[in-house]
Amino acid sequence: MNFDFSDDQKQLRDQARKFLTEKCSPKAVRVVLDGKAPYDKELWKGLAEMGFLGVAIPEEFGGAGAGHLELCVIAEEMGRANAPVPFSSTVYLAAEALLIAGSDAQKKKWLPAIASGEAIGTLALFEGKGNPSPKAIKLTAANGVLNGVKKPVADGAIADFAVVAARTGSSGRDGDISLFLVDLKAGGVEVKSLTNLDPTRGQAEIAFTNCKAEPLGTAGEGWSILTQVLDRAAVLCAFEQVGGSDRALEMGRDYALDRIAFGRQIGSFQAVKHMLADMYVSATLARSNSYYGAWALSTNAAELPEAAAAARISATQAFQHCAKNNIQVHGGMGFTWEFDCHMYYRRANAMALGLGSLTYWEDQLIDRMRKKNAA
Amino acid sequence: MNFDDTPQEAEFRATARAWIGANAPKQYEDDLRKSSLGRTVLKNGNILEVAKAWQKKKADAGWACLHWPKEYGGRGSSPIERVIWQQEEGPFGQLSRMFIIGHGMCGPTMMAFAREEHKRTYLPPLASGEKVWCQLFSEPAGGSDVAGLRTRAEKDGDDWIINGQKIWTSGAHYSDYGILLTRTDPTVPKHKGLTMFFLDMKSPGVEVRPIKQASGASDFNEVYFTNVRIPDHQRLGEVGDGWNVSLTTLMNERSAIGAAVSTGFPELFEYCSSLMLDDGPAIEDRAVRSKLANWAVKASGLKYTSMRAISALSKGERPGPENSIGKLVAGSMIQDVATYALDLQGASGVISGEDAELAGRFQAMLLRAPGTRVEGGTDEIMRNIIAERVLGLPGDIRVDKDVPFNKIPTKGRG
Repeated sequence: MNFDFSDDQKQLRDQARKFLTEKCSPKAVRVVLDGKAPYDKELWKGLAEMGFLGVAIPEEFGGAGAGHLELCVIAEEMGRANAPVPFSSTVYLAAEALLIAGSDAQKKKWLPAIASGEAIGTLALFEGKGNPSPKAIKLTAANGVLNGVKKPVADGAIADFAVVAARTGSSGRDGDISLFLVDLKAGGVEVKSLTNLDPTRGQAEIAFTNCKAEPLGTAGEGWSILTQVLDRAAVLCAFEQVGGSDRALEMGRDYALDRIAFGRQIGSFQAVKHMLADMYVSATLARSNSYYGAWALSTNAAELPEAAAAARISATQAFQHCAKNNIQVHGGMGFTWEFDCHMYYRRANAMALGLGSLTYWEDQLIDRMRKKNAA
Repeated sequence: MNFDDTPQEAEFRATARAWIGANAPKQYEDDLRKSSLGRTVLKNGNILEVAKAWQKKKADAGWACLHWPKEYGGRGSSPIERVIWQQEEGPFGQLSRMFIIGHGMCGPTMMAFAREEHKRTYLPPLASGEKVWCQLFSEPAGGSDVAGLRTRAEKDGDDWIINGQKIWTSGAHYSDYGILLTRTDPTVPKHKGLTMFFLDMKSPGVEVRPIKQASGASDFNEVYFTNVRIPDHQRLGEVGDGWNVSLTTLMNERSAIGAAVSTGFPELFEYCSSLMLDDGPAIEDRAVRSKLANWAVKASGLKYTSMRAISALSKGERPGPENSIGKLVAGSMIQDVATYALDLQGASGVISGEDAELAGRFQAMLLRAPGTRVEGGTDEIMRNIIAERVLGLPGDIRVDKDVPFNKIPTKGRG
């Protein structure tokens, strides 16, 4: 048994960490946080040059063809650095949807553009309140024309194209949903930026009015494709969340060693030590669940749906827990704009919602466990 | 990243599986599967006899104490082979529980500090389960603060005379031998005046009194020493070096990884899958699902954390202090799971024993669970270990550190 990443994969992780430490300092993140740029274009270009954007994209479509374990280790570093780029929407959602359901022509058009950093993609799924569900999709597609409004759409304001979930039937079943590819720079698209919890990754409202779209995958199979995309993205996001958890824990630990109060390092107080120990515990459980998710993702195992839901829940909880208590360890300083703690707190809470809330994933996990037990 | 054995591991696994398949006491398998929390109940058999017979059978065929050297009754296996054996032994491994202290702590301490002739005499019957050992460390005045102990050892010719009291001694009532930590010099700071011995539990002056636990069971004891004589050649390590000797023992206690920790989750999931609530099946209730999902990811997180540790072992890495998380997470989880299972039973959850739902399985779990959070290091000690040894935070401030033991203020029993 080797339930660990290989030496080559660990080397890639070190390489990504080195690159991001240099190119994605908290100061760089703040340029986007302060609203001075919609995302870090230089960093995005650099990620493309390093081959990180296309690491899991096959070579025939312009990627490195390395695989999903490699993407997982890079994702962890993106989370650790709190990178202000549309990595998750482009690489986990749009690229995965294309890999699962795209035609050869669609793959040829968009995947090399993703790998080279020329195209930013996203998934337009939500329509206001609520969790992923076929019933919640009201946007219609008829004769290749979309009408309706999506929000929130992650990185919608900077994306070049979107995978859009639309209603193509009226039976009230999963088969009513189909996916479409939309060039967001073409006509019939109106994009509005929305303020959101985590300005380092934007959110938008996109209105489609008689917007031309091409089908992605077979008509009526949209929901089944979406489920696969969300599961795969859940594992990849879990790695970002694990990276963020580790960084938040590290920040808290370092501060506890540095800060003196009542004549002692605050890290010598048992209440503080135990809070940090609990952060370590949740980060470790999340990491282990995510490793299992990575294995299932990389081998396309039958266990993927259950593993993805477990990784999602565990990593979401860990990141929220670590980000929240990192602020607590920092005391009053933790609550200031000047300290970096709030950037991870924002990211943790925004990421907790991006693929549907914990409630949704808890439901998914129990359904999937029941199915397995019944089988 | 894969879950496959190497060719050698696969071969070892196949051999172990075949032997277990042909030799394990299968008539007890069902009872053992249902005994998930510290307490093994066999409907048609005396647990001590069944456990000893299984251990002897394993020893005769070379499957006892796998990682011990052959000359002391072991097999000389690698750590990963030990883990594979545990996986294959499955529920029958529970029969080894009464040997855990002897095999996990006393044996390794003897190996590190006893005379060669003593190792050859005492270790093989310990490995084979013919002789059972206990560990006499904790005292009324020193639980988590082990070094605060007061049992005295005074030199008298070639012997030592022991007076004092130990407590929480698992299995002392059926043990043949024990390792004993004593104070030989109360005028120096507490960690410096300790000395370790091993002794025959049938020695004159040793009195064992079982303690009745909250659950009603009696798994551990108080042990009283009145002028007990121990020959000096049964001393383990130097006089005054008992603390270092005991650290060897405790480190071995924490490195026993690979064994599955009970969380109560599989039992709860199974229960909720069949339980009907007023509004329908429990498993379809929103609140129940949320609780289950939260515990599911803790249970799977522990499982895969232990797999990562096993992977590290198979590459020759040593188990580190991060393995403290298993008991820390499982301990409070099993308590919460049991509480919740009873909550689902409503007012009838108060009924325990044979008259209760599932023959009182969750009620028994509830009453035993507090022990898991204390034994082998409290939750608080486990968190300190993680904070200090994994995260590198400062040690707790110890006001008694440089004070002679007999000048430390005391209050309480003993």
